[in-house]
Amino acid sequence: MALLANWYDLRDLGNPVARLIEALQDAGLSGGWIFAITGLLGAIGILSFVGVAAVIDIWIERRLIARIQVRRGPNRAGPFGLLQPIADAIKLIQKEALQPDAADGIMFTLAPIVIFIPAILAFAVLPWGEHMILADLNVGVLFILALGSTTTIIIFMAGYASNNKFALLGSMRVIAMLISYELPTVLALLGVVLFASTMSLSGIVAFQETHWVWLIFLQPLAFLIFLLGSTAELGRTPADIAEAESEIVAGFHIEYSGMKFGLFYAVELVNVVAVSAIIATLFLGGWWTFGLETFVPGWMIFIGKLYAVYFIFIWFRGTLPRFRVDQLMAFAWKVLLPLSIVNVLLVALEVFIWTEYELSAGLVLPIFGIVNFALAGALIVGFGKAMTRNMERFPKRPRLVADIDVPLPEPSTG
Amino acid sequence: MPTATTPMAGADLAERITAAVPDAVREVTGDTILITPEKLTDVAQFLHDDRDIDARFLNALSGVDRYDYFEVVYHLSSLAHNHSLVLKVRADHDNPEVPSVVGVWQGANLQEREAYDLLGIQFSGHPNLKRMLLWEGFPGHPLRKDFMSLQGGLSPGLRRFPKEDPEQWGGEFRAD
Amino acid sequence: MPIKAEPLVVNIGPQHPSTHGVFRMRVTLDGELITDAEMVIGYLHRSMEKLAEERTWTQNIPFTDRMDYLAAMTGNFAYCITVERLAGIEVPERAEYLRVIFAELQRIASHAMANGTFVNDCGAWQTPLLYMFKEREKILDLFEMTCGARLTLNYMRIGGVAFDIPDEFMPQLKGLVDELPDRFDEYDQLLVDNEILLMRSRDIGVLSAEQAMNASLSGPMLRGSGVAWDVRKGDPYGIYDRFEFDIPVGHNGDCFDRFMVRMAEVRQSLRIIKQAMKQLPPGKICADVPLNFRPPEGEIYSRIESPKGELGYYLVSDGGPFPYRFHVRSPSLINLSALKDMVVGQTVADAIVTLGSIDINVGEVDR
Repeated sequence: MALLANWYDLRDLGNPVARLIEALQDAGLSGGWIFAITGLLGAIGILSFVGVAAVIDIWIERRLIARIQVRRGPNRAGPFGLLQPIADAIKLIQKEALQPDAADGIMFTLAPIVIFIPAILAFAVLPWGEHMILADLNVGVLFILALGSTTTIIIFMAGYASNNKFALLGSMRVIAMLISYELPTVLALLGVVLFASTMSLSGIVAFQETHWVWLIFLQPLAFLIFLLGSTAELGRTPADIAEAESEIVAGFHIEYSGMKFGLFYAVELVNVVAVSAIIATLFLGGWWTFGLETFVPGWMIFIGKLYAVYFIFIWFRGTLPRFRVDQLMAFAWKVLLPLSIVNVLLVALEVFIWTEYELSAGLVLPIFGIVNFALAGALIVGFGKAMTRNMERFPKRPRLVADIDVPLPEPSTG
Repeated sequence: MPTATTPMAGADLAERITAAVPDAVREVTGDTILITPEKLTDVAQFLHDDRDIDARFLNALSGVDRYDYFEVVYHLSSLAHNHSLVLKVRADHDNPEVPSVVGVWQGANLQEREAYDLLGIQFSGHPNLKRMLLWEGFPGHPLRKDFMSLQGGLSPGLRRFPKEDPEQWGGEFRAD
Repeated sequence: MPIKAEPLVVNIGPQHPSTHGVFRMRVTLDGELITDAEMVIGYLHRSMEKLAEERTWTQNIPFTDRMDYLAAMTGNFAYCITVERLAGIEVPERAEYLRVIFAELQRIASHAMANGTFVNDCGAWQTPLLYMFKEREKILDLFEMTCGARLTLNYMRIGGVAFDIPDEFMPQLKGLVDELPDRFDEYDQLLVDNEILLMRSRDIGVLSAEQAMNASLSGPMLRGSGVAWDVRKGDPYGIYDRFEFDIPVGHNGDCFDRFMVRMAEVRQSLRIIKQAMKQLPPGKICADVPLNFRPPEGEIYSRIESPKGELGYYLVSDGGPFPYRFHVRSPSLINLSALKDMVVGQTVADAIVTLGSIDINVGEVDR
């Protein structure tokens, strides 16, 4: 059996599946059945990854945040506290899932379940390895962006159905924020798509492989915009205004308890993993790493990159204060949007020059990279200065006075 | 150059107050000036506005139950001149009422509410004279010396919380 | 056509992560803008003023711990100094120095807590708070070493302090005083140069000097608004006239200024501690005050500069063993006077930041 002979070939889990398809074809199954069986296998694989990742991520996030905050983090359940997420899950399942009287029952119950759908679907189009891709959509980028925006509706559903004022405030903030941040993220990815001239995620990875470059080196500005934009879309610090623990307590999921809350908590982590995976694919070469993938299985590299990006998100969370709602909107509309438009124009120009004059990639890509880096640096510094200019009116340090000094009021005239 | 806050001489200050607001001063004991309640707001305004006295800072407003009467003590100071002065106002024990000085010092707002809450002194003209630390309908005013002997009150030896009268607070428990 | 929206009344508190205890603010919202705000307090009212009237002068000292439980030393200090002034008790030199050292350490601990929670209210997910906790913990260790307690210290007595410092105290304090400036430099880098924090707190909750004085604000609130006033300078109590230090004064009177004033005060407190450590004389630590002592008949108002502001005690004695009237001018309560002025017209997020910058302690607000 060819299938079993190569079962240990873990470099690309696509290989055994290909063997399986061959075997099934030999057995005389129709294409539809083969499609169903392989699809099911892939789905099981992705779901198990997502399930395990969500559990591990809780531990990783709590441990890392604890290290940042000079604490130890969970360290009681199991070795290094590894069983803590499982203990948490058991506790959450045991708890009563309360539902407010005035809540809209169906929507209230449905929201934490439905919110998982876009989070998991995003994994289907990601290339885990050279052949490890469940659905190689030729509009993969569009698909991912579309999924990202559906989350808005579900979050609003949860907040509105809770019939709680804080939840309503939270979900209104989510709507405003997500809609604002859709634009810059889409435009940022447009730059990538223009360069690769394909919307297929595997095609973008193939582009990076062909030209021996990660797109982050060609598109630093798009990377930053997408990173910041997706921070906002994920609702993580510094843009966690939807949950805003110190302001509106927990925002849209304030009324959820028990495993319903657990689902929201888990989906937040799954979303972070999904976005990290997208960034790893689009900007960091996915499974491809300058030849390293010949020694290490591509999907391991991919997961490694994914967690490297995830670490950035954790780092953000452990370090930064939160924006106010209007400041966050202003940041999207006044900074990210112009920057992303400039980026798209620049990329279009570069791609035009590249294709029109039929220049060799080895010559133009380094130049484009340098130009883009320089421009990104200049734009970021310029916008940063412009945004905080008003804040620098006064010196930051208080003035030191050696003796009491209280002025009398101006004498009133009349 | 360490300095210290000097208390203003009571007699001198009383003269100045009398010059500005006639018949306001009832008594001067040491540095403390007793004001007639009717003239309190005028005196407060004068002390606040006068540039030599400049009592723009109300340190503390305290009510005291003196059995026969209530006393409201205003500790004022000028941060610019670094001097302090003490005003007192007396109110009848059965129906204590003192004009509010919130119009002059905003800082009196919460302190007057506190004095009203705990001592039952009515500050007429206060914009929002509601109970602050206790709930509406709490029987009596606890810092009064006769609180223990109030009807339904806490009697020594019988360690019981004062009976709450649902009639008084509309049968609904609300803290505001 | 303007869209007409129904005002939304939201209770922020009493159970809310950012109300520093059980403070409740009932705000009326138009969208996210606050159109009206009313504070509701009293959830932690423990009738201390009434209870104190039935306890002896000495027995009242533990109450002062439990008012501002984050700054128990200064609470003790204010009460003891007031009773001493009322009764005319001389405090031994060594006790005066110990009081200053501990009061300033307490100020650092309280300001660390205030700044940590303030940045937490700005949305930093607990990191600065825990850093500040780390420093506070070292100070609490010193307290524990001296008087066995960490939070409710009950350390000062009428006429001095309860215990002398142990031998290990001075080396450890010296280590701490040398280390803290470096630590606070680190936090400066993390927090002060942070654009998000600046954007969140600059021009938020602005109070002019005149407004601040009119609302009887004190402490960092008053200094943040640009009034260079500090009871330690203006009306030195104890031996504060022997130390050199500066008053940090804000420029704009907003939340950021208050935050920065607190950051700067920590360094000034360290300066005072360094001087006090050098000058600490040997000798008695407590004057001989009888346990059942009765101050003469009279009344007194005296204040000190607590971390929160001007902490004053108005004590009336009728010559008996109990205070006739025990009134606390609690800075936390009175600093809330201007809350409504500050928050109306802001968003909910700003209101939380503003409340955080006031640095209330509900134990002291409600007493």
